[in-house]
Amino acid sequence: MTDQHEAEPSAEPAGATAATATADGTGPPAPAQPRGRLTGRAIIHAVTEGHSTVITILAVFVALVIGAILIVASDPVVLRAWASFGYAPAAALSATWGSVAAAYSALFEGAIFSPATISAAFHGGSIAAVFYPLSLTAFEATPLILTGLSVAVCFRAGMFNIGAAGQWIGGALVATWLGYAVNLPIVLHAVVCIIGAFIGGAVLGWIVGVVKARTGAHEVILTIMLNYIMYNLLSFLLSSHNLMQAPGQTNALAPGLASSAMLPHVGGPPPQTGVGFLIALAAAAATAWLLSRSTLGFQFRTVGASPSAARSAGISVERVWILAFLIAGGLAGLSAATIVQGQTAPLTTNSYGTYGFDGITVALLGRARPWGVVLAGLLFGALDAGGTVMEAATGVPSDVVNVIEGLIVLLVAAPPLIRLLFRLRRTGGTGPQAVASKGWSG
Amino acid sequence: MKLELRGITKRFGSLVANDHIDLLVQPGEIRALLGENGAGKTTLMNVLYGLIQPDEGEILLDDKPVAIHSPRDAIRAKIGMVHQHFMLVPVFTVAENVTLGAEPVHRLATPEMHLGGLRVPPLGLPSIGLLDRREARRDVLELSERFGLRVDPDALVEDLPVGIQQRVEIIKALLRDASVLVLDEPSAVLTPGETEDLFRIMRELRAGGRSIIFISHKLKEVQAIADNVTVIRRGKVVGERPPSTSSIELASLMVGRSVQLRVSKEPARPGEVVLGVKDLSVHGERGEQSVRDVSFEVRAGEILGVAGVQGNGQTELAEALMGLRPSVGSVHLDGTDLSHASTRDRLRAGIGYVPEDRSEDGIVGEFSVADNLVLDVYDRPPYANGIALNLSAIRDSAATRVREYDVRTTSVDTPAGTLSGGNQQKVVVAREMGRDVKALLISQPTRGLDVGSIEFVHKRVVAQRDAGAAVLLVSSELDEIYALADRIAVMYEGQIVAFCPPTIPEQELGLLMAGSTGDGSGGSSPGSGPDGPGGGPETPAQEPSSHD
Amino acid sequence: MTTLTAPVRVPVSIGRRYLAAGTFIVLGLIDIFVFGIFAKRGDAVFALSLPGASPHLPAIHVPGALTSYVLGAISIGVGILRAVVDLPRWGKRLSIAVVLLCFLLSLLAWADAGNTVGPLQVIDLLQGTLTASIPLVLGALAGLLGERAGVINIAIEGQLLTGAFVAAAVASVTGGVWLGLIGGSLAGGLVGLILAIFAIMFLVDQIIVGVVLNVIALGLTNYLYDRVMSPYAATFNSGNTFNTIKIPVLSDIPIIGPIFFDANIFLYITYALILVIQIGLFRTRWGLRVRAVGEHPVAADTVGIRVLWTRYRNVILGGLVAGIGGAYLTVGSVGFFTSDISSGFGYIALAAMIFGRWTPLGSVAAALLFGFSFQLQTELSVLRVPVSSFILLMAPYVATIIAVAGLVGRVRPPAADGKPYVKA
Repeated sequence: MTDQHEAEPSAEPAGATAATATADGTGPPAPAQPRGRLTGRAIIHAVTEGHSTVITILAVFVALVIGAILIVASDPVVLRAWASFGYAPAAALSATWGSVAAAYSALFEGAIFSPATISAAFHGGSIAAVFYPLSLTAFEATPLILTGLSVAVCFRAGMFNIGAAGQWIGGALVATWLGYAVNLPIVLHAVVCIIGAFIGGAVLGWIVGVVKARTGAHEVILTIMLNYIMYNLLSFLLSSHNLMQAPGQTNALAPGLASSAMLPHVGGPPPQTGVGFLIALAAAAATAWLLSRSTLGFQFRTVGASPSAARSAGISVERVWILAFLIAGGLAGLSAATIVQGQTAPLTTNSYGTYGFDGITVALLGRARPWGVVLAGLLFGALDAGGTVMEAATGVPSDVVNVIEGLIVLLVAAPPLIRLLFRLRRTGGTGPQAVASKGWSG
Repeated sequence: MKLELRGITKRFGSLVANDHIDLLVQPGEIRALLGENGAGKTTLMNVLYGLIQPDEGEILLDDKPVAIHSPRDAIRAKIGMVHQHFMLVPVFTVAENVTLGAEPVHRLATPEMHLGGLRVPPLGLPSIGLLDRREARRDVLELSERFGLRVDPDALVEDLPVGIQQRVEIIKALLRDASVLVLDEPSAVLTPGETEDLFRIMRELRAGGRSIIFISHKLKEVQAIADNVTVIRRGKVVGERPPSTSSIELASLMVGRSVQLRVSKEPARPGEVVLGVKDLSVHGERGEQSVRDVSFEVRAGEILGVAGVQGNGQTELAEALMGLRPSVGSVHLDGTDLSHASTRDRLRAGIGYVPEDRSEDGIVGEFSVADNLVLDVYDRPPYANGIALNLSAIRDSAATRVREYDVRTTSVDTPAGTLSGGNQQKVVVAREMGRDVKALLISQPTRGLDVGSIEFVHKRVVAQRDAGAAVLLVSSELDEIYALADRIAVMYEGQIVAFCPPTIPEQELGLLMAGSTGDGSGGSSPGSGPDGPGGGPETPAQEPSSHD
Repeated sequence: MTTLTAPVRVPVSIGRRYLAAGTFIVLGLIDIFVFGIFAKRGDAVFALSLPGASPHLPAIHVPGALTSYVLGAISIGVGILRAVVDLPRWGKRLSIAVVLLCFLLSLLAWADAGNTVGPLQVIDLLQGTLTASIPLVLGALAGLLGERAGVINIAIEGQLLTGAFVAAAVASVTGGVWLGLIGGSLAGGLVGLILAIFAIMFLVDQIIVGVVLNVIALGLTNYLYDRVMSPYAATFNSGNTFNTIKIPVLSDIPIIGPIFFDANIFLYITYALILVIQIGLFRTRWGLRVRAVGEHPVAADTVGIRVLWTRYRNVILGGLVAGIGGAYLTVGSVGFFTSDISSGFGYIALAAMIFGRWTPLGSVAAALLFGFSFQLQTELSVLRVPVSSFILLMAPYVATIIAVAGLVGRVRPPAADGKPYVKA
């Protein structure tokens, strides 16, 4: 289908702009992003060059402030206090502060540590309980880091992986099936399930890569469609006892995994972190090595930065697309493994949760760099962990955490906005990057 | 309309693109703005057209200052511009493109009515903007007749050849009643014959009282058509001269020093055939054949220059030779059949490739200079051990190359996109010539470069030739062809129509480039393209065979 | 590019022709060997009028298996025709439609052949298709308005969701469904404004902004739903809806009437918007300029068109339209807002827009296809057809992949789609 390949580099439509005569320089030597020619260079640019640590911290701050406003504005106690602001102003302010403080301190205590457990430890309480919030954070972070890596790898190769959810399901199905249908000794079983999960996700990634490579279709639509196909496939497989529905169950869930397939964990009440987190860290290390120190990673980065230059240098762009998506799918599959093998709850039609989309936000925040993704995953993991505790303690729905997370990413992706808000000077260099999404034409 | 630019100054950071430029153009005058690439001509015209705001200076029309803050203002001031890169929407028709922004619309009106003896005149209702296609078509045809710029209003612009597209641009400006017309490097995409046509149109417009500002870096054209020549160098006006001024004087003004028009080189000593191409054909995106049965041979130690106006298949030929485009026919390198090889294999087999579009295909702007220097060899030792990169080897080698090829950069880690065009090209050249190559395919290597870089690149190409490489040079710059080629192949409409020695007079070469067979007949009538067949030869030229 | 010789027949177009023909033949074979052979004995009954409607059309009885065989034969015939004859463009489109129709009819014949539950309620099916497509069509139109001007809008999902939420809340608080509709539309417009600001002013990658806005919209609506809407449901989520409006005369036309002219205001608004946008984009000055901005913003700028303003305006308009689509999900159908009520329709709308080649009429056709498959799934489960509904639900997504993969012709977006415009 050579026709489709020629459809791909739409930077040169036949005709009009073929009149590239000798260029009369209209300005200074070409800056990093030539401004007159917006030739759709990376998402990588947006993601990796966009912002500095300062901006990230400020963005988190602003997001928390907006979150606080949300909390306060929907708290009936606070609203009532403000209704009688006239004769009890101090009460209104203290109610506001109290509401925010309660929520955010519960958030902190759920994610990092709670002073209560520390003092309890000194008085003969359990030491493990002190680390429980951190453990919960790491546990929440694990699947996010892995889906984040999945999305990040594709970003570096110049593509958007919106299909981490579907790939996650692929991995989950294989891991689950291997977990209950096959009998193997203890460590081997877990390892086989993990490998199976990787393969399950990788196959789905591979499909996207191949279709994109052969036909030039845009991966955003392909992955979104595959997501829906997988949601339905999951429901389908869990709807029949002949397939993957647990025997004796009327609900759509899979049988539980054999204990030999489960990943061991650190002590404490469930859910707790354990080997899953180590897998996430190992995956991050492997991804980091792949991207910056391997020949394959060089190819990924070249294709991501400039597919045309890559082609001229003899790199097979299509092959890179396929491999990048394959690896990305595998990483998403690993994410599923850590959940499916990391907790006793059976696989249901909703198990994929929001891991897929959260992976996107984590990758964006982490600037598509593996260690950045780990840090971003930990941040969001902390927020998620804290959110549950906050909801239990103060009744503030944990969805506010999702809003905060989204806002952080939005603000971080728009450094000019943060600079505007805080009147920061540009720290030298090239100001707002002319970020270009490649659009549907690939 | 008298046009005056007074003291126009524009800075981009520390670079002064226009330095207190004064320009006075009388009505009915063709003024040429002559200067090298990067001299500031286009910047000045962009200021005139409202695309750029000057830091200082003013624009006066008929001695009255006007404020031009956007193209809209410029259009209203009756200034029209035909840009170097056409401002045409490929998927729209000619009529739609010409009338864009000034579209004729149906005016709704009620008919005249009689109500019980009272006569109600027609009411003009506000237009809801329904396009009046017929009117648009009429407008285009009318202008096209008046100025002899034949176009089909309903043709899609993307289907038109470049020369016709330029006509559409001119009609666009005329529709808006431009009395000052700016043409930015218009002849870059035209054959000599089409350029003559353009000059005829320009004279016609001048006769009607319009002024034309004609930007160019080509001495001969400027001398042929202009009434006055303003020479710009490094942002300043360095002189105004009549067109009768000698080429040497004009060139010196342009460049600022006495110009050596040819790089000195020894005669070629060609050896065995290294690159053999036979019956190569390439099908373009919509089924048309952009390269037709091209055959030639390049020997070791010689430079074969492929001359031709941009758009006659040279780009496709170069890409096909590198495996970047599907093609039929055979390509042999030193005995190895590369006809179906991948780009990677062709590079490995020993072809060096300097692509036409250096910023898109030659370098990766975001990558460091060091990474760019290994773009096609990163997976071979010493730059890699198996699947792992050897980062220190890459950097060390880069440091050496940067010195050797005089690449001006602060370090090997700077992103290559921040380098100037000339230095970027040096990186590409360093990469391709820095490895063992049997053949070198170089496409438009000095486009957009300053004179110093051009000299550098040319010297290196000759050095490679002398070291035994077979060099295939594709260039639409005749000066470059004359300077470097040991043999010339002329490409027209996808075929090689002639092989000539480098001593061929430019007139003759120009005719060949325009498709004439050189016997005085035919030659392209105004507008090759859909108006009529260009009269190119039917059989491709056969390379004079030299059997050893 | 100089057009040199007469176009040479390129192998690719032949490949596509055989691919299309092959697909048609395969579908025909499925008609015969799956739907035909596996049909239960008996007639398939197609009920063409709603029970109790007047005039009451008699139902159509056809022998199930035979129908499938015939339809399959037709498909195969069309396939052979397509392989042998180079059809003009309208012919190719017609052939796809015919084969698709045959496939669907034989599927339905198989489903209902000898079915004891009852006849196939054709009117229900088609009516449901239309209403199910409303949010998809509106979403696609919203996407279209933005993309034709060069801005990708992935946030349609978020616009639908916030539109639904605000519509339900406003309608509930004020007691007026029209206010709810307007409120929902404005909410969608607001999301559009945010998208526009981040994409156009702050030059954030458009796909990223869209995805993140969806995440925020989901989080925000869930938060407010849990925190405020549910506890005070009587005030904020009372579930008002629009009544249906029967258009006089037209709604009495047999078959067509009840489907097209007997629904609530949203369907009629949708008709109007389709018409306005189709004409607007392709026949008015406004539309020409919008498309110029989407194809070649620099060229548009040089003739004095205000590129950035056009983009802002179109994205916001798109948001307003999507907001109406969101309002439909609550005040136009079930009334109550529930968590994630848009459940991915925004993404399907995006797919419909691409499938429909960035044109209003094309998007409508694609949206109807999606709507039909959702409705079909319901209908078949009513008839207790032993096919998992999930498999059926997958079909439109697979179809979209096939379409996007270019197997039904190259899909080309506006040339400057997704590229921010920065003046040099």
